[in-house]
Amino acid sequence: MDDVTFLQGLWFVLISVLWLGYFVLEGFDFGVGMLLRLVGRDDRERRAVIHTIGPVWDGNEVWLLVAGGATFAAFPQWYATLFSGFYLALFLILAALIVRGVAFEFWGKRPDRRWRGRWEWAMIISSGLAALLWGVGWANIVNGVPIGADGEFTGTLFTLLNPYAILGGLATLTIFFAHGANFLALRTKDEVEERSRALAKRSMPIAAAIGTAFLAWTLVNQSDAGGIEVVSAILAVAATAALWAAVLLTRRGVAGWAFGATTGGIVLLFTSLFADLFPNAMVSSTSSAFDLTLNAASSSDYTLTVMTVVAALLVPVVLLYQAWTYWVFRHRIGADDFDEQPTPMDVIEQKLGAGEKA
Amino acid sequence: MSSLELARWQFGITTVYHFLFVPVTIGLAALTAYFQTRWYRTGDDHWRRATRFWGKLMLISFALGVVTGIVQEFQFGMNWSNYSRFVGDIFGAPLAMEGLAAFFVESTFLGLWLFGWGRLSPKLHLATIWLVAGSTALSAFFILAANSWMQHPVGYEMVDGRPELTSIWAVLGNNTALYAFAHTILAALITASMIVIAISAWHLLRGTQTEVFTRSIRVALPVLAVSALVTVIVGHFNGVLMSEQQPMKMAAADAVFETKEGAGLSLFATGDFKSNPEGLNRNVEIPNLLSFISTGYPQGEIQGINNLNAEYQQKYGPGEYAPVVAIAYWSWRAMLGIGFLAAVLGFAGWWLVRKGKLVASTRYLKLMVLAGVLPFVANTAGWIFTEMGRQPWVVFGMLKTNEAGSPAVSTAEVLITLVGFTLLYGVLAVIAGRIFLEKARKGPDSDDDTEKEAGEPDFGLAY
Ligand code: HDD
Ligand code: HEM
Ligand code: HEM
Repeated sequence: MDDVTFLQGLWFVLISVLWLGYFVLEGFDFGVGMLLRLVGRDDRERRAVIHTIGPVWDGNEVWLLVAGGATFAAFPQWYATLFSGFYLALFLILAALIVRGVAFEFWGKRPDRRWRGRWEWAMIISSGLAALLWGVGWANIVNGVPIGADGEFTGTLFTLLNPYAILGGLATLTIFFAHGANFLALRTKDEVEERSRALAKRSMPIAAAIGTAFLAWTLVNQSDAGGIEVVSAILAVAATAALWAAVLLTRRGVAGWAFGATTGGIVLLFTSLFADLFPNAMVSSTSSAFDLTLNAASSSDYTLTVMTVVAALLVPVVLLYQAWTYWVFRHRIGADDFDEQPTPMDVIEQKLGAGEKA
Repeated sequence: MSSLELARWQFGITTVYHFLFVPVTIGLAALTAYFQTRWYRTGDDHWRRATRFWGKLMLISFALGVVTGIVQEFQFGMNWSNYSRFVGDIFGAPLAMEGLAAFFVESTFLGLWLFGWGRLSPKLHLATIWLVAGSTALSAFFILAANSWMQHPVGYEMVDGRPELTSIWAVLGNNTALYAFAHTILAALITASMIVIAISAWHLLRGTQTEVFTRSIRVALPVLAVSALVTVIVGHFNGVLMSEQQPMKMAAADAVFETKEGAGLSLFATGDFKSNPEGLNRNVEIPNLLSFISTGYPQGEIQGINNLNAEYQQKYGPGEYAPVVAIAYWSWRAMLGIGFLAAVLGFAGWWLVRKGKLVASTRYLKLMVLAGVLPFVANTAGWIFTEMGRQPWVVFGMLKTNEAGSPAVSTAEVLITLVGFTLLYGVLAVIAGRIFLEKARKGPDSDDDTEKEAGEPDFGLAY
């Protein structure tokens, strides 16, 4: 009775692809956010850093929104159990995404340094928090959380903060950090580029080590539940290889390849998790009898068919124009692109020493 | 308060807040696209400055619309998991389509428009803002189709006590959705044009940047006049359809308790503040007018709350089937009052323009600065009426609000997120409001005076 139909399998794959797109794209957005003050030392440099993702971050975030909407449409039981269960964790993520979104928008709206400093910290903290919590969340989904016979989550926020999930969070945090550094090394020039390269080189081994540990633990957890799924294990090994390849490539200073390697690492790592999860939508740690299978979570065949047609028509178009956007904004950006004149207010603040030092 | 009541407050607060920005974005995107088209056609620098000035204000609204929209996307699962389980087969589809068809276009092309000045060819650049404007309207269509299904469920069959989709075309072509869409887009045009008028009037009164603002207000006044007039007409048909589909909502809107022929239009009434006080304490009315508006005959029959309540109790079992009458009654009056007022103000201004007296009419201009708050009141009242007037149902005739909550979520948890979102939104409102007014006061940027050399990217508008 719990066989997954073709359409259900297809939608699981599509939703996975949406999450992959989200993590690859917002992954570097989060990284850029965290790196803002490390690679940008003054207003012009920081503006250059923000400009590397300025035109695209909102489009990247829509991958998440569509993943959410598609889950609602294709697997409503999954949408309901997951988001009511991970309630406070999701709240924290949403709050972080809100703060991050307005921080981009407001940062440049006033010239004074204190204003900008505040939004920079808002950007750094919210990017880091979101990067951390996504890993925590997905580790829990894959590993299982307490779910009762009625399909409702029975734990609390603290159930989600177990050591394995926190390791998952640290993995996404560090990998996105390094991924962002690789992205900046490709998109900026002069000193900002130099600093990005240096940070990519320094952070990549840490990201690879934590990522490896997390994947290894995932496999151990799998074997606890009786055997290891081969596909997921192979993908985990490939993900590990990609992460260590990224370490070598950042050493060599070939930013394009290094960025490709972190992209591959993120894709493979999450694909490994999704393969592990299949054919469930939610795993119950209370009893495997209460697992929410994709079949049980799914919408009717008709709804899935409608959504398949819509996705087949629209997804290729979306990919085309989003790719085109990256092509339009492919130029390297540096501080000298912004000739910001100090305003009278800046001069006064500097004289009075009121402005915080950049 | 129960977790359900807190969840309702949370939904109401976050959604009303989201909708403060939504109509501004939809309307200003269209007006900005129009200004840019004029600049593209004429090459006249004043149009360029108008484009950039109004575009900048649109962006602030857009940013807030986006970040508050993210909450909306997940809120159904968080606080309304039983609702999501129940309606998921139908309701999720338009939501997902909105993301695929509209949000991707909206966000990507806004990025291109913002950062593409000087980088894209003028024609392509103009196309990007039109795509933004079009996709904001498209997103409104999909979300309204989802919402209209809650008002008037169509295109489904019940399977094991749960609705399953049988026709997506019925859901997207729901007459409730088509009327709601027309009405909402018109409301967005009213909102944006009244903002353009208020800010332009403020500058004209001070004599700053008169050329840009005279042009802007000359565009916005006819837009206001026409869209408000059409709103009154379309709104009337909205109302007729609603009386058919949700007669209880209409009865509550006019505080008609007993079914009667030749009902009068109530102008001012008071009653007890609860879901069904069963009668009024005070009522001032124009005889027979309500019957005439609703049915076309002075003696037409109007259904009353008490009679409908009895009818629904027969049909759906014991319970209270009336919304809080006072809220329906006053939100309805606020919206209609502002609708008529907006039309009058719009035509008055248009007439002043044609007579060439606008800039000299300081009294009119001052009035229009104040009138800038009206569309926000009307929009909020419209939604509160639509949503609270549907109570006790969340899906009309199918699922009651008190069955729709999340069993897994405790009262303390809802309280935390309710307080959290309210504080966060409150802080954002203050900051965004200040920045919006700062930019509005400042007028078109002085650094916009020099056009960049051809081919050189121009980041004046970007962050
Ligand atoms: C009539 C119009 C309308 C209504 C009723 C709603 N929205 Fe909205 N929404 C828009 C019209 C809109 C918009 C015009 O498309 C926005 C507003 C500002 C903006 O940037 O896009 C937007 C933004 C927006 C975003 C961010 C999109 C992005 O990142 O580009 C999301 C996820 C939602 N909305 C979701 C919702 C949900 C789940 C709603 C139901 C409760 C809702 N909106 C009501
Ligand atoms: C943006 C404009 C909207 C506003 C301002 C708005 C406002 C409100 C308000 C004030 C309530 C609370 C009613 C009450 O509890 O008495 C409510 C309830 C609700 N609305 Fe909306 N709404 C909007 C759009 C939508 C849309 C587009 C949908 C669905 C697609 C929707 C779905 C719901 C649901 C599920 C509830 C149930 C919660 C409840 O009844 O309290 N709303 N809305
Ligand atoms: C005399 C003029 C107006 C009439 C007769 C009218 C009529 C209506 C009706 C009948 C509804 C409820 C639809 C339903 O529950 O199914 C509604 C909702 C609404 N109204 Fe109005 N309205 C008028 C003016 C305005 C104005 C001026 C605005 C804003 C500027 C506005 C904004 C809204 C909004 C945002 C909603 C909720 C969305 C919807 O259900 O369409 N209305 N209106």
